[in-house]
Amino acid sequence: MEFTAREWWGVIHGMGLGALFLLAFAGGLAEFHSLKAAEITPEGIVRRMRRLRIGVVGMAIAAWGTVFTGTWIVYPWYRVGLSASGADEFAGCAGAHVPTETCSPRDFLLSGVSGDTDQWHKFAFEWKEHVAWISPILATVVAFIVVYYGTNLIRHERVRRTAITLFVMAFLFAAIAGAIGAFVTKVAPVK
Amino acid sequence: MATSSEAQREAPPRGLEEHFEDKPEGPISAAIIAGGIGAVALGLFTTLAAANESIKDWLDLKSSVGPLSGKTLYAVIVWLVAWAILHATMRTTQYETRRAFTIAMVLVALGVLGTFPTFFEAFEP
Repeated sequence: MEFTAREWWGVIHGMGLGALFLLAFAGGLAEFHSLKAAEITPEGIVRRMRRLRIGVVGMAIAAWGTVFTGTWIVYPWYRVGLSASGADEFAGCAGAHVPTETCSPRDFLLSGVSGDTDQWHKFAFEWKEHVAWISPILATVVAFIVVYYGTNLIRHERVRRTAITLFVMAFLFAAIAGAIGAFVTKVAPVK
Repeated sequence: MATSSEAQREAPPRGLEEHFEDKPEGPISAAIIAGGIGAVALGLFTTLAAANESIKDWLDLKSSVGPLSGKTLYAVIVWLVAWAILHATMRTTQYETRRAFTIAMVLVALGVLGTFPTFFEAFEP
């Protein structure tokens, strides 16, 4: 029972930072939602604001960690061209049922040696690798709003709702990228 | 006279006044608009890379990552520069977040469109 170094990075990128992102989102959203004057006590306000700050800043850090490890560490292993031989772009993928040492995940998907798989790369992965980067940007905007505006969020409903909307959008963009990443990994894992 | 922004703020809950410090809304609006600019920059770089080989090569900062390295790095730089400029110009204003949010949503929508394969592939030579 073992993982290769590449698989470990896949786990860190998708499950480690992804789980941290989800936890931070769930906690942050709950704190955001109940951040109303009627639900605040003198004893609770400091602790509530601290939890909210931890949630939104944690989510932003996890989002940046996810896109950096994804783009700069895992993605090169996914996209490297290994299969070309002479005029045949996908010679190294012949007969493969999963990516191999002569057939990277991208080669494997584009070659179509194991079914109609090219759109997993051409549409799904191409979208994922780009749209994922909107998530940390929006998550950082929300973290800034919370850190800067602090308790004013309690008495300024419009700003609070704006921050919640951006927070949910940051999550949705990450969820799109995460779901596509999980599906592509099922079809063509990085080994 | 209170601005419309100030008028929309509730008074601090009784007994909690010490925890509230009035702050202008401008820096929040600046951050929100800058986020939209970052998203649209990403979409723009993505579409330009598909449309033009020279731009694609220019964005290829690290060969193992390909043009994605430049698209994302430059989009982040555009976002941070835009944020710094907007923050400097709006830091003491009461620029309403509603307007900033509307602007950002349009920019984010354009950014998502620019990263959508069906869209950017339409510009491939």
